[in-house]
Amino acid sequence: MTKYTRREFDVVVIGAGGAGLRAAIEARLAGKRTAIVSKSLFGKAHTVMAEGGAAAAMGNANSKDNWQVHFRDTMRGGKFLNHYRMAQLHAKEAPDRIWELETYGALFDRTPEGKISQRNFGGHEYPRLAHVGDRTGLELIRTLQQKIVSLQQEDQREHGDAEAYLAVFAECTVTQLLTDGGKITGALAYWRHNGEFLVFEAPAVVLATGGIGKSYQVTSNSWEYTGDGHALALRAGAALVNMEFLQFHPTGMVWPPSVKGILVTESVRGDGGVLRNTDGNRFMFDYVPDVFRKQYADTEAEADRWYTDPENNRRPPELLPRDEVARAINNEVKSGRGTEHGGVLLDVSTRMSAEVIVKRLPSMYHQFKELAGVDITKEPMEVGPTCHYVMGGVEVDPDTTAASVPGLFATGEVSGGMHGSNRLGGNSLSDLLVFGRRAGQHAGAYVDTVIARGTASDSAVAEGIAEALTPLGVTDGENPYQVQSDLQATMNELVGIIRRPDEIEQALTKLEELRKRASQVGAPGNRIYNPGWHVALDLKNLLLVSECVAKAALIRKESRGGHTRDDFPKMSPQWRQRNLVCRLERGGVPATERVAVTEQPVPTIPVELLQLFDRSELAKYLTEAELAVLGPLEPETRLEPSKGGEQA
Amino acid sequence: MSYQGQFRLWRGDHVSGELTDFTAEVNEGEVVLDVVHRLQATQAPDLAARWNCKAGKCGSCSAEINGRPRLLCMTRMSTFAPDDVITITPLRAFPVIKDLVTDVSFNYVKARELPAFAPPKDLAPGEYRMQQVDVERSQEFRKCIECFLCQNTCHVIRDHDENKPEFAGPRVFIRAAELDMHPLDTRDDRKELAQAEQGLGYCNITKCCTEVCPEHIKITDNAIIPMKERVVDRKYDPITWLGRKILRRDQLAERA
Repeated sequence: MTKYTRREFDVVVIGAGGAGLRAAIEARLAGKRTAIVSKSLFGKAHTVMAEGGAAAAMGNANSKDNWQVHFRDTMRGGKFLNHYRMAQLHAKEAPDRIWELETYGALFDRTPEGKISQRNFGGHEYPRLAHVGDRTGLELIRTLQQKIVSLQQEDQREHGDAEAYLAVFAECTVTQLLTDGGKITGALAYWRHNGEFLVFEAPAVVLATGGIGKSYQVTSNSWEYTGDGHALALRAGAALVNMEFLQFHPTGMVWPPSVKGILVTESVRGDGGVLRNTDGNRFMFDYVPDVFRKQYADTEAEADRWYTDPENNRRPPELLPRDEVARAINNEVKSGRGTEHGGVLLDVSTRMSAEVIVKRLPSMYHQFKELAGVDITKEPMEVGPTCHYVMGGVEVDPDTTAASVPGLFATGEVSGGMHGSNRLGGNSLSDLLVFGRRAGQHAGAYVDTVIARGTASDSAVAEGIAEALTPLGVTDGENPYQVQSDLQATMNELVGIIRRPDEIEQALTKLEELRKRASQVGAPGNRIYNPGWHVALDLKNLLLVSECVAKAALIRKESRGGHTRDDFPKMSPQWRQRNLVCRLERGGVPATERVAVTEQPVPTIPVELLQLFDRSELAKYLTEAELAVLGPLEPETRLEPSKGGEQA
Repeated sequence: MSYQGQFRLWRGDHVSGELTDFTAEVNEGEVVLDVVHRLQATQAPDLAARWNCKAGKCGSCSAEINGRPRLLCMTRMSTFAPDDVITITPLRAFPVIKDLVTDVSFNYVKARELPAFAPPKDLAPGEYRMQQVDVERSQEFRKCIECFLCQNTCHVIRDHDENKPEFAGPRVFIRAAELDMHPLDTRDDRKELAQAEQGLGYCNITKCCTEVCPEHIKITDNAIIPMKERVVDRKYDPITWLGRKILRRDQLAERA
């Protein structure tokens, strides 16, 4: 039998991005022996790609801002499919989570009064994003990383061992969650650097593995985003919710080909950048949907005045939520008004001085100059949609982040519900702080309730190891890189921004073929830092999450947020009441695992939260029956009868 | 626009290895990392190389290209002629794990030895007030993506493993400077610590670190030199000098 080591902890956090690190800090503060397991080096998580900022209603830039306004914006952005309780907790707790970072040493940009500066972003009514230029994610990850180091220094002083309560396992990949009697007992993992296996024994596991972007060809996500946590949760018996909703960020680089998909921050538009087609038109004015017409300008003059006088003018339509902008760009390009490389033009050069651009958007300036040879102070950027974020994820209890499997918790992008059908920019960094903390706290509290800890049997571990080793040494197998690339092309072409049922069916057939090929992949070489082997293992997870996306996308017969159906272009209040939930039909051997999708009611929004909105706005999203809880219509708010849906 | 490029990659592990020749397609607009990925996908599936963001933001894909420490993702193929042979080797200052992947744990060990941010005790979260002009000095150093190219190029340790126990390196010096310049950090011995415990004195300001920094942080001018200068000021301040003579180092640290 292949050798392995066992390590015992209270809480094991899988993933070392913002959510994972914040969860680990909280578990350690609760006195729990905590492990952080990361596929990459410590501090290299995908969180560094978050550029714009972290949304929190601190009210520093506009004192009218408060949690209720943030809650409203989040629900609107998610087209009312969000789990209301998560959106509420998020809006309420985000400011405390940001202020806390300052006590860890974070240095945000400042207002003239010395408070944290806040910037405008798509879908946010007031300037709300705490930021550091356009490298906020890096600041966040570094701050959390350094807080962990400071806690380890405390433990070194107190216990003579820096890792007594907080140990980082960098470049270590989890292949399987271990359960006993339906409860979590730990996780099986291998070290990337030498291929040796280790078993984490712990009653609580926090998934903080991020998203699934690597199932698409054009994506802003790194190699790590292979849906590991989503797949681990499914195989452990947990459910995924809202998997049909993928966020295509409207502005990724499109040229040259090697950088296609790399993110161009929304701050470019928040700070005054405008979108034009090749006819020179600011086309976003043609794409303001009815549900947002009240909040967005209909002339360029008003939109331009808004930057200096937001009280008396409405916002520019470039700052609509991301799903709207992505669809608009997609349509402009398809209608022949795009560039030869399939993008549109995002311009700051005619809007701000070169000095201001370099100061406010330093990494964009750098990125375009170095990777595309484009000077953004002199010419426009070419941009197009790129797969950026999955709204769907592990179904969790909103207060505790607990999944349905006892001992399993999920936070950050891998969890579902918070963002509904579409996430607002800036709500991700705040999400991972708010729910990262809650995950650490509640995983720790759960550990205290566990009386007898289960252990993984040697045979279960041996089985898991044998499965992970299967592709190694197979010299005549399929090339895992090729299978991955074919999978990405399939999802990109057939389950992309605009979805057609026949194409989704095709995708499902292709996924079936890819699954067969994936079971025959081979990875030459040994276990020492072998990327071919690693890709082969990641493939199983990518296939499983792709199946979730495709199956749910086929079932949801409406267009909402990050799910647009060619044959059902409108939002449906009836569909708003339904969540699609994915579960694994048969666990065990990956070759036989299949995703089953069921419908489940969306949790009912309490009246006091509904009352934060105008009834006329709610009527665009909810059914008549749902509106009845608000009492009879007041004469002055009486509207035309709802047409049962709006153009999405 | 495509052509067949010539590459020499170091392949091996901590015991042995050698430069291996490859021919690979190069397309318009590509960076060196694209070619490494192509080699993995078509010729050498087990070729080890780190990468994450592919946009110069995470600092994972550090290596040496034609002997120069670079990020693979930010080195454009158009900076070479089609008939150039491009040699890619792992970072020299750290032990090789496999191929282009090195063991960079030295940097994490040194980071852990530097005392963390010491927050003001009398300010609650939300009460921090700082001026933009005051945070900007530290913000420059917080741009660091921890690619460790500065550590790799620094001649104090590049070919001198024996200096590693005494020397923390430029990455850690800018962290020390960042905290020293942080408007609300309450420790006032950052420079002394840099001198006494991080080996700042080994640096003789050749600016190699600044030259290779992909974030263009002025490591030497804005961090190391100011730290050295102020250490000199204090060292020759008679009261401080006397304190140092009377008190042991742990007492000095406590006083701070």
